[in-house]
Amino acid sequence: MEILNEMKVILPSHSVNEGAARAAVSSFVIQADPTVEELSDIRTAVSEAVTNAIVHGYRGMTGNIELTVRLLAEREIYIKIKDKGCGIPDVKQAMEPLFTTAPEEERSGLGFSVMESFMDKLKVTSKIGKGTAITMRKRLGVHEN
Amino acid sequence: MKVNISSENGTAVALLSGEIDHHSAKNMRNEIDRFVISMQPECLAMDFTGITFMDSSGIGLIIGRYKLMKEWGGQLEIRGTQPYIRRVLKLSGIERIVKIV
Repeated sequence: MEILNEMKVILPSHSVNEGAARAAVSSFVIQADPTVEELSDIRTAVSEAVTNAIVHGYRGMTGNIELTVRLLAEREIYIKIKDKGCGIPDVKQAMEPLFTTAPEEERSGLGFSVMESFMDKLKVTSKIGKGTAITMRKRLGVHEN
Repeated sequence: MKVNISSENGTAVALLSGEIDHHSAKNMRNEIDRFVISMQPECLAMDFTGITFMDSSGIGLIIGRYKLMKEWGGQLEIRGTQPYIRRVLKLSGIERIVKIV
């Protein structure tokens, strides 16, 4: 994978940083000249992944969330969002639409469904007590400026 | 994030503006619920015209208000959704239970 450019951002798991993460990723991705819809898809997927880290990974504790964003060849965007939280016991179950462990917080259980449908590729790796890493890729379409 | 709530002919209209994510949804929920629980309107209309971003936290916000309105037989209506908000709504299948105008 040829990396044309890369950004790494570390944010503490405060919910106010959901917006900061979206803003940081947007400002990096903009150099690849995405359409409004592509940028909106990426922002939404990032928001879901960061929220998962805050709500489910750290569960009210404070830890760091590491964002890696890469611009790859052929206008492909690579995003990795990593936490060192509690980990997901059953990734397959967690990825099922409407599955949530936080209904009292009105979580809809659609986070992974949004990531899956708004990005081209989604990979989740998790280890109990070690944390979770979400990797997403999206190839931007060809459009005239 | 801002919520302006007013009442017209038995309908509570909540004009939402700004971004809806897990961080902001909590305050939006509290502001809407405070008004709606005391007024118990026949209908709650959530107006998304001023919303510039929404992730699945918005779905949780809508489902929560739908359940609340059902407690006294009220209805929920969703207004002013932009195309990118409708994409998130469509994923959830929420249009099967909530009126989207």
